[in-house]
Amino acid sequence: MFCIGIFGVLTRRNAIGILMSIELMFNAVNINFVAFSKFVTPTDFVGQIFAIFVITIAAAEATVGLAIVLLIYRNFKGINVDNINIMKW
Amino acid sequence: MVVSLKNIFHCALFLVLCFFGIAGVYILLSAEFLAAVQVLIYVGAITILMIFAIMLTAKLYNAKIRQSNEQIFPGLIIVAALLVATIFTLSRTAWKLSYEVAEVQSTVGIGKLLLTKYVLPFEVVSVVLLTALIGAIIIARRE
Repeated sequence: MFCIGIFGVLTRRNAIGILMSIELMFNAVNINFVAFSKFVTPTDFVGQIFAIFVITIAAAEATVGLAIVLLIYRNFKGINVDNINIMKW
Repeated sequence: MVVSLKNIFHCALFLVLCFFGIAGVYILLSAEFLAAVQVLIYVGAITILMIFAIMLTAKLYNAKIRQSNEQIFPGLIIVAALLVATIFTLSRTAWKLSYEVAEVQSTVGIGKLLLTKYVLPFEVVSVVLLTALIGAIIIARRE
């Protein structure tokens, strides 16, 4: 699933698609945390707590990312990342 | 499906399906609190945010726009290499498994740990979330 997410990040032209792929990658990492927490140290819940922190940071990242996407859309009239090249020269 | 469909809106809907599946995996791993959080935050909040953004940046409904760029084959190669490396590592490592059963429910344990041992990261993460919200509002505000 992490690989699917990376594939999406590499091949999407749409910025929102890239954000969705990043969410997929976050979820893959979370499943890993919870699974290792379950099978390696089942008596303490450190993995699950870490997964909660990851979810929180993912939510923050999604809000900021979507705000940036809206700003880009307003300035460039489109959200295809290969049209946005003003940082490149 | 999420990364390959032509219509970005369908991608968002499949993302909802995927998040529900992940919540099911959490329940199978006996992490009920995380499953609830997953449904609330991902399905309830993040996907709605995505759909809002898609609608605000519209013009994508005709779905004839090509969604992927020219990097499909290099991307496939990199991803296949990473997958092979991951599977190799997973199959070669001897994990130290433990078969003890937790004596409390996961929700109880998480609550106790979050407010005793991990209270500092908890507070820091709430400050981060607040900062992100304010930042997003400032970024997206019209001049």
